[in-house]
Amino acid sequence: MDRQFSLDMKTRWGHMKKSGALLALPTIAWLFIFFVLPLLIVLVVSFLSRGRGGVALLPFTLQHYERTFDVFFIILRRSISLAGLTTVICLLVGYPLAFFISTRRRRLVQQITLFLVILPFWTNFLIRTYAWRILLGEQGTINGLLLSVGVIDEPLTMLNTQFAVLVGLVYGFLPFMVLPIYASVERFNFRYVDAAYDLGANDARAFLRVILPLTMPGVLAGCALVFIPSVGAFVTPDLLGGTRGLMIGNLINKQFGGSGNMPLGSALSIVMMAVVMLSLLVYVFANRRERGA
Amino acid sequence: MKKLGLLLIVVLLLAPAVTAQDMAHEPWTCPEGYDGQTLSIFNWSTYIAEDTVPNFEEACGVTVNYDIYESNEAMLARIRQGNPGYDIIVPSGGTVQRMAEEMLLIPLDMEMIPNVANVIPDLLGAAYDPENEYSLPYQWGTVGVGYRTEVFPDGINSWDQVWEHDGPVAWLDDRQTMLGIAHLFLGNDPNTTDADEISAARDYLIDKGGNVVTVAADDGQVLLERGDVDIAIEYNGDILQISWDCECDDYAYAIPDEGSNVWIDNLSIPVDAPNPELANVFIDYILDAKVGADLTNYIWYASPNQASIESGYIDEEILNDPAIFPPAEQVAKLFAIIDVGAEAEELINNAWDELLIFLGQ
Amino acid sequence: MLINEGAMGRNRRIRRLGQAGLWLNPMVAYFFLWAPILVLVLFSFNSSRSVASFSGFTLKWYSNILNNVMGAESAFSTAIMLNAFRNSLFVGTVATAISTVLGTMIALAMARGKFPGKRLIDGLLFLPVVIPEITQAISLAIFFKVAFDWFALLSGERVFPGFHTIIAAHVTFNISYVAIVARARLADMNPRLEEAANDLGANPWRAFWRVTFPLILPGVISGALLAFTLSLDDFVITFFTSGVGTTTLPVFVYGLLKLTVTPEVNAISTIMMLISTLLIGISLAMQGRAASRV
Repeated sequence: MDRQFSLDMKTRWGHMKKSGALLALPTIAWLFIFFVLPLLIVLVVSFLSRGRGGVALLPFTLQHYERTFDVFFIILRRSISLAGLTTVICLLVGYPLAFFISTRRRRLVQQITLFLVILPFWTNFLIRTYAWRILLGEQGTINGLLLSVGVIDEPLTMLNTQFAVLVGLVYGFLPFMVLPIYASVERFNFRYVDAAYDLGANDARAFLRVILPLTMPGVLAGCALVFIPSVGAFVTPDLLGGTRGLMIGNLINKQFGGSGNMPLGSALSIVMMAVVMLSLLVYVFANRRERGA
Repeated sequence: MKKLGLLLIVVLLLAPAVTAQDMAHEPWTCPEGYDGQTLSIFNWSTYIAEDTVPNFEEACGVTVNYDIYESNEAMLARIRQGNPGYDIIVPSGGTVQRMAEEMLLIPLDMEMIPNVANVIPDLLGAAYDPENEYSLPYQWGTVGVGYRTEVFPDGINSWDQVWEHDGPVAWLDDRQTMLGIAHLFLGNDPNTTDADEISAARDYLIDKGGNVVTVAADDGQVLLERGDVDIAIEYNGDILQISWDCECDDYAYAIPDEGSNVWIDNLSIPVDAPNPELANVFIDYILDAKVGADLTNYIWYASPNQASIESGYIDEEILNDPAIFPPAEQVAKLFAIIDVGAEAEELINNAWDELLIFLGQ
Repeated sequence: MLINEGAMGRNRRIRRLGQAGLWLNPMVAYFFLWAPILVLVLFSFNSSRSVASFSGFTLKWYSNILNNVMGAESAFSTAIMLNAFRNSLFVGTVATAISTVLGTMIALAMARGKFPGKRLIDGLLFLPVVIPEITQAISLAIFFKVAFDWFALLSGERVFPGFHTIIAAHVTFNISYVAIVARARLADMNPRLEEAANDLGANPWRAFWRVTFPLILPGVISGALLAFTLSLDDFVITFFTSGVGTTTLPVFVYGLLKLTVTPEVNAISTIMMLISTLLIGISLAMQGRAASRV
């Protein structure tokens, strides 16, 4: 290859690399205008006073944050604990399920079992949640079944409770747990387990010391993917929760509707975002420790 | 607000006295020149007949956008944040007053609304809009208790039966009405602006709301129909609609003896409406005797349209239904919601948020 | 030795138990995932209005919908529903087109370009995926209000929210998904291929269209399909950014689920599920073909 030609090529490559930044620019500009800027505005609004009709006005105040941590704190705590519980249940159900799918020997069976998890997902989220209204209702399918079998005499109140919200959240986000764990188990080399047995480990030890640590990245990703949308859920508690299953997302929605208090709604969502960011940080650190170890 | 009660008594005495006079009625015709235009309507949910809008579209050659809301407050919030493009809204009396004060309404053009002559004269010039500058009545009705007759074979005549019921109950997301009912029990003015009284009403409701499973956004009748609740506090027509739909006696509506809320909903044009002329035309259309009667026959609320009532277009069944036209002694106990001003509004909104939070505990 | 055998026996019992559990759990999970959908479909054929017991097979709820669609006097709500469906398709198509271009561009820039601040951009791309929908929804609602107020102040013209605001919002949350999928594909691709094209004298533009683009096309297609699906499915963000007359299908369905109990809703849901399953089937088949071609 002659020297001149290769030099020529280098500048050409340099040119392309420079144009790389140019290529990224429109998208960055878009995300800045329609994503970063709106969030900054929310941050500013959350410190403003409530004007007549709920709009934001000067002067700056901390009163919305005070209210968030005062009266609204119960609901904030409930949202976090419901999301946490959802994550735990998804993990307990999702891990064995992902393990089951990825240990099918035949490729086709593996694909079908995975597909069976994903397929319900492609139906509209509202409709999937509505289906639970049919199941859990006072005159719903479950009550109908239990009454006709004679297990109960009075219909159980399941709809419009925290239980209903929990079921709806687990149902809505279970695949978010299964998929990353599936990906990590699939990559997992089962020779490690054989090696562990050879070294005298029993099942529990082999699982805790070998399998679990190696699939930990999938578990962590799954937990983050379930916890985050659960904390901010709006549709699920709205359709299934009633007053007893009210979550922070519903109250944020109220501030932009009937209660007409945009600054308070902004403060509520900033606090919620802080919770999300905190859990992301936990995820990043846990992930890094996993990789380091 | 005793005045409104008296006024309604007059209306009631008037209504059953009228028999079908079978007036020759010309079908409503649209003025020329609106072909191809667009009208955007923002109305309460389940508050229009199936053919009201399509017939208007056909008569005028226009396209109608139709969106729904579930409370005065939700509609108000939307318009206050900047009218997103609606030409027609349907606020209740107190809300008309508030919106007019905040300059959120455009005056009506009475020259374009000849059918204003059809409105029951006593329903014009109400306290919230004395000159009818911004509003003309759409329908009127009450807030009461919808219940399953299977659970309450002897009916409901007191709010205490609602508070004490051992089973799921749905309240109505109409904050001023619900707090107003509590004020009745506490001996306060239902429209009080006093901070302590509002707090007391909130606490009263929280105390009585142990059996509440949801505070429904104008969809309590659906919960009742599904069987998810035994009682739903709702607007009368919504409950009557489901009884009519199922052609059964499974559901009934009652106004408890202690009293409740009576309201008049109005047609108004919000500020920055893109097409106020066509909005005036639409208001005239709604006030037509036949159109108004068809509307009432479908949504089961009381019509403010004298021509509709007198012409005999409205079903006898509706005119004779005490749930739609309550007896005079009941009307005397009803209260109307008025504009309480910005300060009390904030107090009420905060109280309502707190109520929602603590009801679920 | 004896002790060891005892331990092994116990081990085997635990293992058998574990295996039974490993079978039982997925069965329960699959039941949990599918039961609601099957119940919904089943009761769309129920002859009575009840969802508590099945009293007989009927197609009347479907024929009711069909009659409304086909009938001369198309019912008001059916007309609104069809209109909402059209709106959804329009929003989905435009938002997908824009976000696919923008997402692919940044994916290329991130994979091939060398410039400072890449980690920051990574974070920027990642955030829209993890931020709660409701936060994004209200931030856009406030942003559009502020922007339109300023615009009205400066120009005297009032702008109303509508398709443009919904589409802008959808593009914003779609970009990240397209970029992530396209990048995964780019990461699998050998950069030598482009170098080879350059060696053969192609200019970067030609190299991109002749070599890179065909290779990443499957990634771009699946990114676009994902974006389209997300767009069609979105309720919360659309709800907060929509204007007048721009009701999309999910927004309409939300109102329907809240305000009606009739079995027609079950039938409409079943039809919608059928349509989305068909769409997915087609897209999977297309992806499979595209992947096998490369």
